[in-house]
Amino acid sequence: MHAESEKILMAHGSGGKLAHELVAKRFVRALANPVLDKLDDSAVIDFSGRLAFTTDSYVVSPVFFPGGDIGKLAVCGTVNDLAMSGARPLYLSLSFVIEEGLPMSELEEIVGSVKKASQEAGVKIATGDTKVVNRGSADRLFINTSGIGIIPDGVDISGSNARPGDRVLLSGAIGEHGIAVLSRREGLSFSTQLESDCAPLNRLVAEMLNASPNIHCLRDPTRGGLATTLNELAEQSGVSIRIEEERVPVREEVLAACEMLGLDPLYIANEGKLVAIVPAEDEDKILKAMRRNPYGREAITIGEVSAEHPGRVAMRTTIGSSRIVDMMVGDPLPRIC
Amino acid sequence: MRFITEYRRSDLAQGLISQIQHSAKTPSRFMEFCGGHTVTIFRYGIRQVLPNTIEMVSGPGCPVCVTANADLDKAIALAQIPDVIITTFGDMLRVPGSHTSLQEQKADGADVRMVYSTSDALKIAEDNPNKAVVFLGIGFETTAPTIAASILQAEDKQISNFYVLSLHKLCPPVIRAILDSGEVELQGLVCPGHVSAVIGSHPWEFIARDYHIPCVVSGFEPLDILQCVSMLVAQVERGRSEVEIAYRRGVRPEGNREAVRLMERVFEPGTASWRGMGEVPHSGLKIRAEYQQFDAELAFNIHPGPPYEPEGCICGDILRGVKTPLDCQLFGSVCTPQCPVGPCMVSSEGTCAAYYNYGEQR
Amino acid sequence: MCLAIPALIKSIKDKEAEAEIGGINRRVSLWLTPEAEVGDYVLVHTGYAINVLDQEEAEETLSLLKEIAEVGGEED
Repeated sequence: MHAESEKILMAHGSGGKLAHELVAKRFVRALANPVLDKLDDSAVIDFSGRLAFTTDSYVVSPVFFPGGDIGKLAVCGTVNDLAMSGARPLYLSLSFVIEEGLPMSELEEIVGSVKKASQEAGVKIATGDTKVVNRGSADRLFINTSGIGIIPDGVDISGSNARPGDRVLLSGAIGEHGIAVLSRREGLSFSTQLESDCAPLNRLVAEMLNASPNIHCLRDPTRGGLATTLNELAEQSGVSIRIEEERVPVREEVLAACEMLGLDPLYIANEGKLVAIVPAEDEDKILKAMRRNPYGREAITIGEVSAEHPGRVAMRTTIGSSRIVDMMVGDPLPRIC
Repeated sequence: MRFITEYRRSDLAQGLISQIQHSAKTPSRFMEFCGGHTVTIFRYGIRQVLPNTIEMVSGPGCPVCVTANADLDKAIALAQIPDVIITTFGDMLRVPGSHTSLQEQKADGADVRMVYSTSDALKIAEDNPNKAVVFLGIGFETTAPTIAASILQAEDKQISNFYVLSLHKLCPPVIRAILDSGEVELQGLVCPGHVSAVIGSHPWEFIARDYHIPCVVSGFEPLDILQCVSMLVAQVERGRSEVEIAYRRGVRPEGNREAVRLMERVFEPGTASWRGMGEVPHSGLKIRAEYQQFDAELAFNIHPGPPYEPEGCICGDILRGVKTPLDCQLFGSVCTPQCPVGPCMVSSEGTCAAYYNYGEQR
Repeated sequence: MCLAIPALIKSIKDKEAEAEIGGINRRVSLWLTPEAEVGDYVLVHTGYAINVLDQEEAEETLSLLKEIAEVGGEED
């Protein structure tokens, strides 16, 4: 028996003994479940019904940020994509592309986060893969996932389902993830208690669907923020959306960081929030259901859908005038002037 | 946030809006010089709530937008030198020079890093003693003192690999140039708030005295802009032309003497090239001889070649307030924030970006 | 022209201050405002304090705006 290496080496990805040990000790032991434990080339799963299927890659930098890490993000992001179709998430695949030299302790911590997040969400890691690349070829670690879930009968959620008269609901305050990650980037040194809002939302969605199966649209405002998501929905459904600036919850620290850096909270990424577009008659009961869930305590109606100017998103400002809210362009770069 | 949120109150906004609606009888055109003011005006839909008698026109107060292509090309040439780290404020990354942008150079392997403060650039210089760290000095009198301070700190700490490419510009000379050109008739000027925090309100007196144009120094929150407009209207209606400060919490008439002293210690005025206006004497800042070891233009041999201006781009006219983005053939079709032709579209404070992002093209 | 926001000075050492804006903490250089004291609000631009905010004037401006709003209410 040799001592385990303290760092990831090229050999860990080559399929040989070291690689097998890594998988067995680091991944399978932590994420054990009957499907994964078989360690066949494919996971074999029995199910019937409508399948929701999603894939994502996670390249966040820095890999560890306040409130989470890339492992937690990978699980929550994938689970949430499934949940936004109304699906009950079941299984994830997890592929790691690791940069040579990554400390084993960091990998252990990340796998621990994967375990914790998947336990909270009630999903299992069914299959995985590990590759190691030369130093400089991956920014510490990249994770690719795919996920499957089952959509219950009678649920039809799609970005094209919004109808005039619908209400637009938001599950909580925006901008926390993006600012938390930004606070750790080189060159933008500021310190804050703010943490990423990274969270699995599948239970929240299940409770919302229990309250009313008539939800028209669900989407999580990740990259591009709330503004981009609302534009996507307006475009897909061929409707216009109008929101009230005063109703959109933003934490003071997020506002302060945005003011300092010249950013707009509407465009900052969220990893634990959702937008729901629902018929007006179901608004109250869905809001109540959201507020009973820890990830929906601050749920609020922020606006409504109408027919004129399809594709347009507008916002009533705090001073009572109206302005267009466009999709994000490029990366929100902090400005000085 | 204290001293910010109170100046966004909708009840107080309604009061100012009412007052302006009641009192603005004379048709007036007011120019806001500063890019930050342009952003507030568009972000809060200020023009919508003003009466038809008032027209707001944007001026050349976006330091990124007024940087000439020839100067941008210098920055890009520096980025192409091996072992040079370019440090810059975020605004500059996507601005197209004659042939390429800093962001494109970065994708091609150049070491270009965005920083929030010159302190971050100094730290990068300390951490990378084998490389040359060049800071792109853009900005007006608000920013120039901070760059001056960074050069003095570099001197104190004996940092020998820190350089500044000084593209700083001064506001009063260019406002004079615009007024002298007679191209745009103004009944009032919304004076830049943070430039004035540094230089005070006296430098604007020549505008009121020689050109009989009311000047009011404004802050950056919606109530600040509305209060400023209300004060300009009051002057217009009474036939007065004076310099007043609306942004009293941030600006004293004498400004910040220490900031000006440091700026004048490190820099001296020189000719600067402004996009759309050509060369304007005494409108730029050059590093003084005593600090020449920090001057990137002296330290590096850069010959970027003749600048190229894209056809059809009327950024220059827009910066002078003579045309609006809606007059531009390229606006919204060929030139969009995703693929900008000129800096007015790519800078987050550019007039074209403001028009586009807040829906004016529809 | 430039983005500068009001921050509260919590502590000062040499020419550097720890300042707070809405729960965010940041080091701020006082090279341009050596007169600034703990408890002052300063306008911060790219990590430097460019001026000390006049809190009395801030209050007066708000009072003035409130008066205007009240008068406006009576007129309508």
